[in-house]
Amino acid sequence: MSTTADRATAPASSRTYPAYSRPWVLRTLLTREFAVIALLVLVYVYSSVNIAYFDSSLTIYNLLRDNAPILMMALPMTLIIITGEIDLSVSSTLAVSAATAGVLVKEHSVPIGLAVVIALLLGCVLGALNGFLVAYVGLPSLAVTIGTLALYRGLTEGLIQTNRIAQFPPSWQDLASKHLGGVTSPWPLVLVPMVVLTIVFGLLLHFTTFGRGVYEIGNSSEAAHFSGVEVARTKFLLFVLSGLVASFAGIYVMLRADSVATDTGTGTELKVIASVLLGGVSIFGGRGAMHGVIAGVLLIAVLNSALLLDNQGSEIIQIIIGLLLVVSVISSSLLQRIRSLVPRRVPAIRPTNAPTAGDESRKVAP
Amino acid sequence: MSTTTLVAPSAQPRVTRIVTAITRSRELAIALVLVVILLAATTKRHTFLFSHDGWRDTLLSPSILLVLAIGEMVVIVTRNVDLSVGSTLGISAYVTGKIFIAHPGIPLIAVFVAGLLVGAVLGAINGLLVTIFKVPALVITLGTLYIYRGFLTHELGSGRINADDFPANFQKLGTQQILTIPVLTLIGLFALVLVGYYLQTARGGRELYAVGSDPDAAVLYGLPTGRRVFGAFVLCGSLAGLAGVFSVARYATAFSGTGLNLELQAVAAVVIGGVAIFGGSGTVWGAAIGAFLLITIDRALPILGISDFWQGAVVGALILGSICLDRLLSMRRTHRLIEARDDA
Repeated sequence: MSTTADRATAPASSRTYPAYSRPWVLRTLLTREFAVIALLVLVYVYSSVNIAYFDSSLTIYNLLRDNAPILMMALPMTLIIITGEIDLSVSSTLAVSAATAGVLVKEHSVPIGLAVVIALLLGCVLGALNGFLVAYVGLPSLAVTIGTLALYRGLTEGLIQTNRIAQFPPSWQDLASKHLGGVTSPWPLVLVPMVVLTIVFGLLLHFTTFGRGVYEIGNSSEAAHFSGVEVARTKFLLFVLSGLVASFAGIYVMLRADSVATDTGTGTELKVIASVLLGGVSIFGGRGAMHGVIAGVLLIAVLNSALLLDNQGSEIIQIIIGLLLVVSVISSSLLQRIRSLVPRRVPAIRPTNAPTAGDESRKVAP
Repeated sequence: MSTTTLVAPSAQPRVTRIVTAITRSRELAIALVLVVILLAATTKRHTFLFSHDGWRDTLLSPSILLVLAIGEMVVIVTRNVDLSVGSTLGISAYVTGKIFIAHPGIPLIAVFVAGLLVGAVLGAINGLLVTIFKVPALVITLGTLYIYRGFLTHELGSGRINADDFPANFQKLGTQQILTIPVLTLIGLFALVLVGYYLQTARGGRELYAVGSDPDAAVLYGLPTGRRVFGAFVLCGSLAGLAGVFSVARYATAFSGTGLNLELQAVAAVVIGGVAIFGGSGTVWGAAIGAFLLITIDRALPILGISDFWQGAVVGALILGSICLDRLLSMRRTHRLIEARDDA
């Protein structure tokens, strides 16, 4: 292992092998993420051409408005799954936050602004409970969040009981349905928090030390610990963020539907996870990227609205989501196997300056 | 005290061994919780247990979840998970209905076999995908959850198969009792004993545990891991199929929402029963008691004066409590082993 020392002392220019085996264009294009993006573009173009009304601004408006909660919850979920954990409780956190805000406003006549703040804080607390049990107690997140899925949903049922929580102040309802610009514009107001959150989480994952830590934990949480990543704190924070975003989504859902029921958001957790996995994030952690996840969410959304406009039943979209999930994991495993069958091509080394002593030792090393 | 852990179990007399195994077992703890809840509810209202209907419901209501939990446990013990059981149950219920509409006079046993077969085929699809492509079961079965459910909705639409489509003798089966024990529960318990005996004594059963506690080691040891995991999925699927027949017998209906969201309940029952979610430990007896506990709590809470709106919260707290307890116990065990090693 003297090679490392040699390499460190050798000047950087003396390296005779390329830094990457493929040029950057191929590296960008031949990825899972790009495959999903390409599929998204394909479906979008096909639907715009072949399906009536698909390219109308109302379709885009509805598509964004209806899928905003899923996209927002998919952002922290991406980071959580990259660390190798999972959060099944998001839909219940969504519901209990919405129920809390709703009950506070309708039954205790709390001003709605305060109620929203309380609900967001509650989301943080619920996320923190998940995070504490997973990160500091060390319990498996799959089991913990199945438990809190039931617990938070139960709290929602207890809070709402048989009451009808509806009819919020119209000025707040408008927030959830407003268009950016004129009424004819295809962009709902919720696009603003959506884009802001996407940028924040994208930067957090790809351009900060925190984000690098997230990947390292996913690859090997022990190695991450030894290289100075605060494993427990990172996981804890991610679950808190997940709770916060889920409760924000809950308030949005409440205002958009102008009601909260005991079954608000049931089953959303599986949709969120399906979108994230479709976007190329590995369930074992350690790999995945934000642009892939966004494409994954939008792909399901576009397929859904295209099929609905084409008068297909909602079950077709279920089958397609399922098939996409299965095919996407199988294809990456198949590709890997094919690649391992084909002997690896050694990149042709162009004749360069005479190899230095450091490179000689590299040839001897196994 | 600390050294006893290092004594080979077989050096102790058989009776001591069995007694310590039972008193230390995780299953006993949750069985006690179940008994306490039953007692509390019964003292509050005698008919909860001591009436014809009360006794029957106590045993009958958990039968569907019981069968699902047995199958789910076998999959979880191999460090996999099957999220598609709810959808499998739905499809099997639908097929059961179809069979009765096509052949009203068909013997009941054939319907049960058909349910098992339908489930086995769906489970085999899961198993093949997971073992051939070596991909995570969570993703595959999440996918098949949607595919199977979508297929069911596609076939049934908003329609439903109603009570009058089923022959009277099949509907009676839903509530029929032998020696006061409901037939469905008897079948469920029979499956429990079979699977439990297999897991505890048969070579294949022990190998399932080996695969779950360390898949790589199992491969190196020469165990047929792929075949074992495949078998576990087929078994889980067939039991979900059986649960589908149960569901039709019990509720006399099948529609596109039959068995919706049952998958997480099945996993919850298994986890409450002390089966580690990452495989390799736990017993099917525990999972079965977990299923009984989940359902009994649902029925007992209103009697105990807790509004049934809070049932979900109690169930959630129970799941969290039981995994925390597992963690605590395993930490204590590790500590004791370390102490014993240091003393030796």
